[in-house]
Amino acid sequence: MVLSAIFFYLFSAVVIASGVMVIGARNPVHSVLFLILAFVNAAGLFVLLGAEFLAMILIVVYVGAVAVLFLFVVMMLDVDFVELRQGFLNYLPVGGLIGIVLLAELLLVVAGWTFAGDTMPTSPAPAGMSNTAALGEILYTKYIYFFQAAGMVLLVAMVGAIVLTLRHRESVKRQSIADQVARTPATAIEVRKVESGKGI
Amino acid sequence: MTMFPDLLPALPEILLAVGALALLMIGVFVGEKSTSLINGLSIALLVVAGIAVIAGPGGGVTFSDAFILDPFARFMKVLALIGSAIAIVMSIGYARARKFERFEYPVLIVIATLGMLMMISANDLIAVYLGLELQSLSLYVIAAINRDSVRSTEAGLKYFVLGALSSGMLLYGASLVYGFTGTTTFAGIASALTAEGASLGLVFGLVFLIAGLAFKISAVPFHMWTPDVYEGAPTPVTAFFAAAPKVAAVALFVRVVVGPFAPITHDWQQILSFLAIASMVLGAFAAIGQRNIKRLMAYSSIGHMGYALVGLAAGSEAGVQGVILYVSIYLAMTVGAFACILSMRRREGMTYEINDLAGLAKTHPVMAFMFAAILFSLAGIPPLAGFFAKFYVFLAAIEAELYVLAVIGVVASVIGAYYYLRIIKIMYFDDPATSFEPMPTELRVVLGVSGAFVLFFIIFAGPLGGAAGLAAQTFFPTG
Repeated sequence: MVLSAIFFYLFSAVVIASGVMVIGARNPVHSVLFLILAFVNAAGLFVLLGAEFLAMILIVVYVGAVAVLFLFVVMMLDVDFVELRQGFLNYLPVGGLIGIVLLAELLLVVAGWTFAGDTMPTSPAPAGMSNTAALGEILYTKYIYFFQAAGMVLLVAMVGAIVLTLRHRESVKRQSIADQVARTPATAIEVRKVESGKGI
Repeated sequence: MTMFPDLLPALPEILLAVGALALLMIGVFVGEKSTSLINGLSIALLVVAGIAVIAGPGGGVTFSDAFILDPFARFMKVLALIGSAIAIVMSIGYARARKFERFEYPVLIVIATLGMLMMISANDLIAVYLGLELQSLSLYVIAAINRDSVRSTEAGLKYFVLGALSSGMLLYGASLVYGFTGTTTFAGIASALTAEGASLGLVFGLVFLIAGLAFKISAVPFHMWTPDVYEGAPTPVTAFFAAAPKVAAVALFVRVVVGPFAPITHDWQQILSFLAIASMVLGAFAAIGQRNIKRLMAYSSIGHMGYALVGLAAGSEAGVQGVILYVSIYLAMTVGAFACILSMRRREGMTYEINDLAGLAKTHPVMAFMFAAILFSLAGIPPLAGFFAKFYVFLAAIEAELYVLAVIGVVASVIGAYYYLRIIKIMYFDDPATSFEPMPTELRVVLGVSGAFVLFFIIFAGPLGGAAGLAAQTFFPTG
């Protein structure tokens, strides 16, 4: 119990610290690396809760795919973040004031915090069933509506990306694989009789 | 556990989802030349979904309480479907003239409409978020669909960034509500509130939820995106934004605050009163200086959302009925106004300057008359439709003893009347400018129907009011 508490505070502290560093780091590549650190530690928190499937998904999807994609984008775009921060000091008084007000309100809320009875941590997996099976059991039955809706949201994201970026330019030469495969010796080769001593 | 969910209440949604996928396939395989076919099929699909709403079951809860169908949902769904179908109709001529015919446009509108129906039927915080996100993501893409125009791209990007921020606020609020009640279902939240009362954290979560929703209906102080997006987006897109998504967002607003949070009406009443007052006042004053008619319509829509919130702030059955009537009438007036704006086309291109309407009464008398009727109605002059809309919400506010709110609302609508009347003055009393091209047929039809609705509202005020009352009873079963 003590050990899991220690790990909980360790993981949480690292998540928060690396979250701060994501915003604070001067080099955007470092920001992305700190984001990866935050993901890995959040996965650790999931393991502590007994949700090992979510932890692995977080590592595979977020660290393995999303963060790497971020890294590519950051490196390719070459955004000058120092220049972006030029106006930072101008906005600091207003932004800081709003931040302080929000912080004070949040503190008030946390001070009045009472857990509702059934939000206390319960074992995420029912007995005699693996984590993954338990998720699948509920995802495709009770939450089928949300699952399908999320699928539609992802479809819109894909359609949107294609609509906004795909351009058919007239001048670009495209590879037509079907045409290439359909070529036969009859259409591709021309046999000529070459007279001796002369070129074609 | 493995019982098959009852799909019948969600039939219109399923129709739209499957239909949108089929249309997407047709578009991909047939290519750009299929645009007019897909336009027609999308409209047919929306009409079929509307028939399914009307002819389908009258109520029911399905998908383990995440989805609810009730008279309120049916009324608002029909409105949203009408708004979307008209938006596609109005875009046909514009897209052809401006050479940006993309088959994805109607498909995205259908998917956005699917999101709206899901919002209207949401009975769970997760369903709220997913429906809202499905609708908003489609809208971001639609705003930027004319990629060759810098303004359209800018509008889309601005909308996307601010919309993502508001979604974040909504999610944060939802997580706080979940943390303090232990459930995401509306019924569970309501029973937790009745049992334990509202803790500070729950109210805090509710504030964030309301902030996220207020962004979607562009209530002040979350309105900043509206004028820029309305101005930058292609005009048929603006016409769409001003109509159907507003209906759906207002419906969701009603469902969230009057449904699960009914036990703490007093807490959200203050927030909504502030939003309503700020929106009405800003909508009235900021529109005065506008020269661009699309920006003017943006501020007008901010103001109208403020009036709709007056009814919601009353928190009573009469208030909800007022809101339902208000958005129905707002929808009719807005599509008519945009049918006129879309007809402001000269040989060399579209124009959006209000002064270009000068002397419209001499060059296009019928269009000028209809536009004037719609503007009078937007200003709330009796006996036109807009007057009754305002009348019902103010009446509800007075019954709920929110006198300050009602008085400020009346004052704001008087101030707001100035800029509507100014357009009428320019149309009727200024010297004619260069004449516009003749109006396309489909816009004539839309304007005719909208104008007739506005002019003769008094005739069907009875049935429509009855239907709205029936829809409002959903939330007040004993009343």
